[in-house]
Amino acid sequence: MFFSISLYVALTIFGLGLIYKISTWFRYKISLEAEKISTSERITRAIKGIASTIFSAKILTLIKVLVLDVILQLRILRQNFLRWLTHILIYVGFMILLLMHALEDFVSSELFTDYYSTINPFMFLRDLLGAMVILGIALGIYRRFFLKTSRLNTNAMDRYALIILAVIMLSGIFLESTKIVSHSRFQDMVDEYGDSDNKEEISALEAYWVKDFSLVSPNIEGPFKSEILESGKEVHEMNCAGCHSRPHWAFLGYGTATMIKSFALGIDRASIPTVLWYIHFLACWIGLAYLPFSKMFHILVSPLSILANSVMEDGKSHPVNIATRQVMELDACTHCCTCTLNCSAGVFYEHFSNSDILPSEKLISIKAFVSGKELSQKELKAIQEGVCICTNCKRCTVVCPVGINLQELWFHVRELLLQRGQPELLVLSGFSYYRGFMKSDVDVENYERPLNRAREAIAVRCDMMKRPNEVLSITNMDKGFKNSLKMSDQAHTFKVCFGCETCTTVCPVVANYDNAKDVLGLLPHQVMHACGLGMKDLALGSNMLWDCLTCYQCQEQCPQGVCITDVLYELKNEAVKYVKDQSS
Amino acid sequence: MNYALFIGCNIPAHLNQYESSARAVLGKFNIDLTDITEFNCCGYPMRNIDHDAFVLSSARNLALAAKKDLNIISLCKCCYGSLKKAHYLLKENSSFRENINRTLNREGLRFEGDIEVKHFLSVLFHEVGLDVITEKIEYPFKNLKIATHYGCHALRPSNIVQFDDPVAPIIFDRLVEVTGAMSVDWPAKLDCCGAPLLGINNDLSMDLTEKKLKSGKQSGADYLCSACTYCQIQFDHVQKMIQSMRDNDHQLPSLLYSQLLGLSMGIERELLGLELNHLPIDRIDDFFITS
Repeated sequence: MFFSISLYVALTIFGLGLIYKISTWFRYKISLEAEKISTSERITRAIKGIASTIFSAKILTLIKVLVLDVILQLRILRQNFLRWLTHILIYVGFMILLLMHALEDFVSSELFTDYYSTINPFMFLRDLLGAMVILGIALGIYRRFFLKTSRLNTNAMDRYALIILAVIMLSGIFLESTKIVSHSRFQDMVDEYGDSDNKEEISALEAYWVKDFSLVSPNIEGPFKSEILESGKEVHEMNCAGCHSRPHWAFLGYGTATMIKSFALGIDRASIPTVLWYIHFLACWIGLAYLPFSKMFHILVSPLSILANSVMEDGKSHPVNIATRQVMELDACTHCCTCTLNCSAGVFYEHFSNSDILPSEKLISIKAFVSGKELSQKELKAIQEGVCICTNCKRCTVVCPVGINLQELWFHVRELLLQRGQPELLVLSGFSYYRGFMKSDVDVENYERPLNRAREAIAVRCDMMKRPNEVLSITNMDKGFKNSLKMSDQAHTFKVCFGCETCTTVCPVVANYDNAKDVLGLLPHQVMHACGLGMKDLALGSNMLWDCLTCYQCQEQCPQGVCITDVLYELKNEAVKYVKDQSS
Repeated sequence: MNYALFIGCNIPAHLNQYESSARAVLGKFNIDLTDITEFNCCGYPMRNIDHDAFVLSSARNLALAAKKDLNIISLCKCCYGSLKKAHYLLKENSSFRENINRTLNREGLRFEGDIEVKHFLSVLFHEVGLDVITEKIEYPFKNLKIATHYGCHALRPSNIVQFDDPVAPIIFDRLVEVTGAMSVDWPAKLDCCGAPLLGINNDLSMDLTEKKLKSGKQSGADYLCSACTYCQIQFDHVQKMIQSMRDNDHQLPSLLYSQLLGLSMGIERELLGLELNHLPIDRIDDFFITS
């Protein structure tokens, strides 16, 4: 009764959770583009898209990918054999146990007319599959907790997944072992299935079971006479053998049974088998009910992600379906951290300590962000910085075992945050390169907005830049600023500038404008002067810094050996720090 | 000779033909390339933002190569310039090096300055040598006029990058000439391609690109030739963007040096990835002597 009720409760939560989660795929919006699309349009498009794919030649691609990447999981194998083995052990073991053991009434009994879980080969196979899963869990624990891999982050959800699997498997094995040694279980079986009331026969059977089936009896103890065992064997063969192979075949349960034999009677009296039985099935129900909300949801969504990405192409697939797929992909992530371990920009995490630089962690934060969760300014800023510190090398997307198009995800979230979020100075760096040549894919009208906002964020802090006609007073010299310019070995060289203006003369950026001073604010030699005079506003506030090509013409040709380009680099770094410090 | 091949971030994402053609070419000269999959960003895009983060990023690559005791060969000149700069700073300043090493040590890495960073062109010129290359030229060009684009971050700051004479470089021209092509003299040869500002100030970036294209065209070049990821993308992909956005009549397609050399060595077209260029360069077939 309790078993059925709790099962139905778990199934109901699972079902509702599933509906809720799937609904988010059509409701949540990741990109500026997606905000313009209604949920109903997304559902209709998805149905059309799926139908047109299935009834086209693409079905062949789907079948191929289903076999290679979903079933055989070759994408993980390409990364690392041990990780593939870990996952295959858990996934094959668990899936078969689910079908043949948990759903035995519907699957095993239907397939095999003589199916009993306690006879071979079923008894042996159940333990073999259990052993596979346990080995997989052990390898998983080894990777997560013992193999010290830099930037491999293990979070609460990863621990939950390992724990729930371990509880299900271990409770099952302990249950099996306590049942092997249980005398009350033996008694129940005799009462229910035995066709003899003859006490001697039952006692002989008990002796036979104590000897060969690891039963621990409170009544009798070996060694037994051979004729008793003979007669016990006869009773066994008539009544029990049809359903019971020797427990040795259930090697995990049997092994455990051997270890607990000395306290078997106590275990039996304390009804431990019943307790374990509750733990075993309740752990399964918890796993089931919580599945849509946990990372185990990947069991259902990762195959979808792999399949969808194998037939969807940016530029060819309907943007509405891409918007939907992008939300679904967030649920497909298994937090395996393959992306992070391959990330070209991952090293920057070591410097900035912002975990959102790491793709695997960024994805989790984005998940919270798109679900509409209230995030603090600091958290939003961290995501924004995380999506901007990306070299767009696509490695994350190429290596993702579940085929998530991460690169595209970063691109869309980046654009959304650059338009909506706080001014971001990272757009004034080489990280914007990709955005530059993807301009046509960005909201072209608002393309310049983040760039202007970043420049303004600096400009508002550099008051003196706004008064170009004011006579400078050298009493304003900020010696602290002047002396702080030493981050790189070369920056202090501005001190020897003697104002020949060679830098400005050879600068291709200056040469590009008729009114260079108006456009750039200060010319290169003037920036060097500003440093010399300790005029922080002027040194940090001109467009010259950000419009510098870093072609090093000025530095190469400076007769005084001023490392002009490097000074400009350093001033850019200072400006970034200045804005960051003031806004935090 | 064995090098750790540094392909950087943009080649696998946008310029696969550079990697495949460079591998094919270097393979013919018995230069072994080792792939270090743990390589990360060279640090270049971080330079505007944070000096130490840039050096750390570069240093990790240097340390990874040093661990295998391999010199690095870089295809991209911005990667080259950044790695060289970081190499220089780390070697010069021992307390800074210690700082960076402390962070690297979290992954069991260290850098002491004991390996070298080289560019694809300098390896061909100095290690392989023009004589050996000449022997491998099977299909020399005739009357093909090439405008070589040296690339800023390989040439300057010359005391650090030590690639060639920063005022009158010759390496690239000589390398082009061994293919039978002519290296034209052009005023904007040593100027910037504009790529560093793409994304930061597109108009300015494209202005500078256009100036180069114009100068190359006026000097009679049939093609530009580059040996840098950023420069090539700028002259190819971005030039195509410029053509659609701006009204101009100085189209000058660009090809990578590895493609040019590969063609004259008779390397399979598939490896050279000519069809991956955004602006077609198939007219180059008209310039083979044997055709």
